[in-house]
Amino acid sequence: MAAAIEVVGVAKRFRLYHEKVHSLKERVIRMGRLPFDEFWALSDIDLRVEQGETVGLLGHNGSGKSTLLKCIAGILQPTSGTISVTGRLAALLELGAGFHPELTGRENIFLNAAILGMPKREIAKRFDEIVDFAELEQFIDNQVKHYSSGMYVRLGFAVAVNMDPDILLVDEVLAVGDENFQRKCLDRVRLFQREGRTIVFVTHAPDLVRQTCDRAAVLDEGRMVAVGAPGEAIRSFREHLLARSRAHEAEHLGVVDDAIEPGAAVVAAEGDPHEPGTDSAQEAKRNLAVRITDVRVEHPGAGERAYLLPGQPLAVTIAYEAVSRVDDVVFGLAVHDVEGRLVFGTNTDFLGVEVGPVEGAGEVRFETDAVPLLDGTYLLTIGVHSHDEGTVYDWRDQQHNFEVMNPGRTVGQVHMGLRVRATRGAGSGL
Amino acid sequence: MARVGAIWRYRELLAGLVRKELKVKYKNSALGFLWSMLNPALYLVVFYVVFVKILRAGIPEFAIYLLSGLLVWNLFSTSLAAATGSVVGNSAIVKKVAFPREILALASVGAGLVHFFLQATVLLGALAVFQHAPSLPYMALLPLALVTLLLFAAALGVLLAAVNVYARDTEHLLELALLAWFWMTPIVYQYQLAARGLGENTWIYRLNPITPIVLTFQRAIYNRVCCIPVDNSPILPVGVGPGWYLGHLLAVAAFSGVLLLVALSVFGRLEGNFAEEL
Repeated sequence: MAAAIEVVGVAKRFRLYHEKVHSLKERVIRMGRLPFDEFWALSDIDLRVEQGETVGLLGHNGSGKSTLLKCIAGILQPTSGTISVTGRLAALLELGAGFHPELTGRENIFLNAAILGMPKREIAKRFDEIVDFAELEQFIDNQVKHYSSGMYVRLGFAVAVNMDPDILLVDEVLAVGDENFQRKCLDRVRLFQREGRTIVFVTHAPDLVRQTCDRAAVLDEGRMVAVGAPGEAIRSFREHLLARSRAHEAEHLGVVDDAIEPGAAVVAAEGDPHEPGTDSAQEAKRNLAVRITDVRVEHPGAGERAYLLPGQPLAVTIAYEAVSRVDDVVFGLAVHDVEGRLVFGTNTDFLGVEVGPVEGAGEVRFETDAVPLLDGTYLLTIGVHSHDEGTVYDWRDQQHNFEVMNPGRTVGQVHMGLRVRATRGAGSGL
Repeated sequence: MARVGAIWRYRELLAGLVRKELKVKYKNSALGFLWSMLNPALYLVVFYVVFVKILRAGIPEFAIYLLSGLLVWNLFSTSLAAATGSVVGNSAIVKKVAFPREILALASVGAGLVHFFLQATVLLGALAVFQHAPSLPYMALLPLALVTLLLFAAALGVLLAAVNVYARDTEHLLELALLAWFWMTPIVYQYQLAARGLGENTWIYRLNPITPIVLTFQRAIYNRVCCIPVDNSPILPVGVGPGWYLGHLLAVAAFSGVLLLVALSVFGRLEGNFAEEL
């Protein structure tokens, strides 16, 4: 297969002027010493997109994914490196960019399509299709300034997808419009895929990538940190997202937490050197009669991998030490997703196991044969407290985690482990 | 050269943008395209009052003389001013879509051309009213003169459009420059007035690329070389034939052609950072 897009060693530097100096006078006055910061929006990007492939670019806001797309589209010139594109390219960077509010929908269709490089007779041929797709039959001769934002976007998308491109670049635009229209857009994207067109789209919606992409690349601070199958890429994306939010939190609290190194989740979980619960509000209530000395998160079925697949076993072992004899003790475990939603929570009391009395060192192990989660990073909160929760002995708030990577295309949060059987024909199964 | 090819592929966009500019300009205005014609009409009245009635400059059939030069100037100045602001003014598109951005500047010149033809109807009206006959042989030079003017305006427009992205003063500087330029061109006064003052050095005056174009239009439409009644001095260059005009036009056309290529290459080099600068 030939490459539709080949990006080799691309870097893009932006100069952030403290104050945009646009006038000649100012330029002369500050001659040669315009104050600016250099900012590398992209560095060292290599990406090869084969013909007929759908590739997702994942990244948080400001990761450089849109900059990369703009470079591929030819709107920005990379500072170094080369980009070669084979085939007719259409970029959906902003729907309806170039619509003029004073012109009617009809006039704008022709103008916009011309800006996108489509010959007039071809636009005329597809005009009805465009209008039909945008569902704007009644309003096509109204000025665009009277359109609702939804109508505006629908018209923009309709024009762009009817451009008949070999390569389609899409930037977040699938996230707009009502649900019905979104479905229509996705259907159109699928049709493009079946027709063997190349699609690159930028998003921060992992589910969309999983559903539609053959491969995905993850960008973080201008670098490509992962490229591969959607499941792998999404896992890496989540990891980076988590690392960022942890780093952000740490910055805010003035706590440097080095357990957040991406890719080191398991190592960190197993040998966490940190004092527990440094910033918890529970701190005050903690009396450390029973102290958590170690927490191990194990993936027995995952081998060397740092993550689980849906349906694989998981074990969490809590090592503790009781300075003196404690009778009233319960070990609790809670699982949160990265958005802070409680996914699951239980404790030894609920499970009908009496741990106490404890004295000296010991271990409590929670095990499951099959993690029923589909995808994502999950944070573990571990607590040791009395039965009435009036006394908290020790507490570790979301310092340990495990990851589940969904290699398939199924979407959602839980792993249902479905089997499927299809029967066809009159006598089948009867 | 590759850029010229790209522009050619986007020629339909050029037509579309010209239509857009015209439509947008006069949308929701009651008089619409009439405004285009009112501009030279008002100029005519003002200059007529000032030059003929107050200063008694005495160019016979002043209306025809003024209009034949003024239309050329209006085409040049309005398209150049519009072209210079075109890339900055269309930043919304420039930042989001990749296409040869020169088209924006060229479309401004195209829109100027449409206004030119509208304004020409005022001139036609004046010709009819004064029962004035243009010179048919010299009329043959007008297409060349017009093309030369468009070439020059496009070249300068493309260049300034790119420069204006980086130094926004260009627009304002141009406004002043155009004002001075107008008075350096024989539009409201006669060419021979400058020639008499400069004597041997009149060639310097003719370095202004607009001058040969204006002179050609005046020669073809105003169609009289002589004379100011007061002192019997000639109005247009004396003792020269169509060859003189043709030579000057070709020189300007050649210069403009080279300038256009330079402008396109400069534009191409600056274009890379447009999306960031805007």
